[in-house]
Amino acid sequence: MTTIAPSRERPALAGTTAAAAAPRRRLVLGLAVLGVVLLVAIAASLAIGSKPLGLGTVWRVLGENDGSDAAIIVHELRLPRTVLGVLVGLALGMAGSLMQGHTRNPLADPALLGITAGASVAVVAAIKFLSVTSPIGYVWFAMAGSVVAAVTVYLIGSGVSRTPSPLSLVLAGTAVTALLVSLTTSLLVNDLTTINAYRFWIVGSLAGRGMDVATQLAPFLIAGVVVALAHSPALNLLSLGDDIARGLGQNLGRARAVGLLATTLLAGAATAACGPIAFVGLVVPHVARAWTGPDYRFLMPYAGLLGAILLLVSDIVGRVVVRPGELQVGIVLALIGGPFFIALVRRRRLSSL
Amino acid sequence: MTRLQAVDLSVGYGDRSVVTDLDLAVPDHAITTVIGPNGCGKSTMLRALGRLLRPTVGHVVLDGRRIDEISTKQVARELALLPQAPIAPEGLVVRDLVARGRHPRQSWLRQWSADDEQVVAQTLDWTAMTDLADQPVDQLSGGQRQRAWIAMALAQQTDLVLLDEPTTYLDLSHQIDVLDLVRRLNSEHGRTVVMVLHDLNLAARYSDHVVAMRDGVIVAAGPPAAVITPDLLREVFGLDALVIDDPVTGKPLVVPIGCV
Repeated sequence: MTTIAPSRERPALAGTTAAAAAPRRRLVLGLAVLGVVLLVAIAASLAIGSKPLGLGTVWRVLGENDGSDAAIIVHELRLPRTVLGVLVGLALGMAGSLMQGHTRNPLADPALLGITAGASVAVVAAIKFLSVTSPIGYVWFAMAGSVVAAVTVYLIGSGVSRTPSPLSLVLAGTAVTALLVSLTTSLLVNDLTTINAYRFWIVGSLAGRGMDVATQLAPFLIAGVVVALAHSPALNLLSLGDDIARGLGQNLGRARAVGLLATTLLAGAATAACGPIAFVGLVVPHVARAWTGPDYRFLMPYAGLLGAILLLVSDIVGRVVVRPGELQVGIVLALIGGPFFIALVRRRRLSSL
Repeated sequence: MTRLQAVDLSVGYGDRSVVTDLDLAVPDHAITTVIGPNGCGKSTMLRALGRLLRPTVGHVVLDGRRIDEISTKQVARELALLPQAPIAPEGLVVRDLVARGRHPRQSWLRQWSADDEQVVAQTLDWTAMTDLADQPVDQLSGGQRQRAWIAMALAQQTDLVLLDEPTTYLDLSHQIDVLDLVRRLNSEHGRTVVMVLHDLNLAARYSDHVVAMRDGVIVAAGPPAAVITPDLLREVFGLDALVIDDPVTGKPLVVPIGCV
């Protein structure tokens, strides 16, 4: 014991409680602040658009659908896209945290599991062979494509050992994604009609979806959120490395399966609802981590709330920058997210996970 | 008496067998050190003892039951293990790392308790980490970091502790620091320790029992003075050396001859 003198005079237990309680209180407070910011974003999303409405009007027609223009705008257009924006943002932020936690790779996002590529192939096939052309029609194809791709990645990743390692998951995900993307391209390459319908899906948008899309996918999203939150103590163990996690009694196979199930539910349903939306799943966990540190019990809800806020704000920005037209949220996010991510990389090196 | 033993154990990767037909009974309440040249299978054996590797033949027995038939969480309440050079996620503070050692004692019904809080505080105090409790693990020096990881394994409150090269990357004074801690773990708490060490003199000094391995089999096992002999060093390591009495402890001290 040459380096540090043990502190004898201070009662260790009292010191522990005081020191541990302060950051925890700050983290809980931060969660409340994010909740309030999200409420403000929701209000703004209902009020702002090509026809701006006062908050008073929004509040009145929300309570009573009187058939006025304002009521139709709120109920038919802005409420569905706001609800979707919150659910999808929450889902993508959490799914990104799950993926980064499981692969221990700071560049991981839900697309890595093949979810986006799987959904894309299924949607292209549905347009081409079954002439499906509406967002509500795409939903189940996209969801099925996501699930099949994720399960394939999991099975290939666990081929060598029985429990997939972080590296084998990343490699399997990359390989399956590459395969599915070329399949999508080969289906599209000589087919203008399909491309025409597909390009509106692939760009990623909250607009043009009715409440039916939200209500159909909500059970998956809510189940995914619950599983993700319950899974965060396991992620804390996995972040110490597979060996330590097992040494501490974590069943690795079960943890991988549960984590990837939650990711698939969240990212699959989000992609099915809105098309592929990049950057939320990649960037938001890093922003959340800068705030909370490596404790997934806080990181997970932070990433969810931040994802919802980022998606809603980006959607609102898309409605106002090119009036009277609209920019899809997928494009806005790429425009904001790209430079933001570069700034993040330059300012502080991304946490090694 | 022995709580942990390997019975007819073979472990391998793919077709290659690294440990072959190995029998080992770990003596309770003693420090057992595994020595041997690089690639002799000592880490592989330790990982199999800690159920991180599945044997191809034979099995590991814990308290009379096959370890792979006991739930991994149950095992974690009896046996703690520390792999070689573990890496903590950036920003994780010492106290939170040590707290994660309490996981095997928790469940949905029994979450974090005052008892856990107390064990963490005592462990920090016992490993002299209290003053560093709020420091991120990745910003500690090598010796402090290793003490933090050992504290995590200690917070598991298991009778059996497996350490895979706990002194890797440490300078000599910190190697002594860490091994003194291991010694106290045994002498003050009666814990059973199995560790892998490269330094023969440290193995001789800190062990009650030494196991020498070569090519996946145990060549000799017993008290340091019985195992660490010139003949064995030549047989296991291909090393010509004198073995004299350590002037401090009276245990064997290896002096390599080399070609001076």
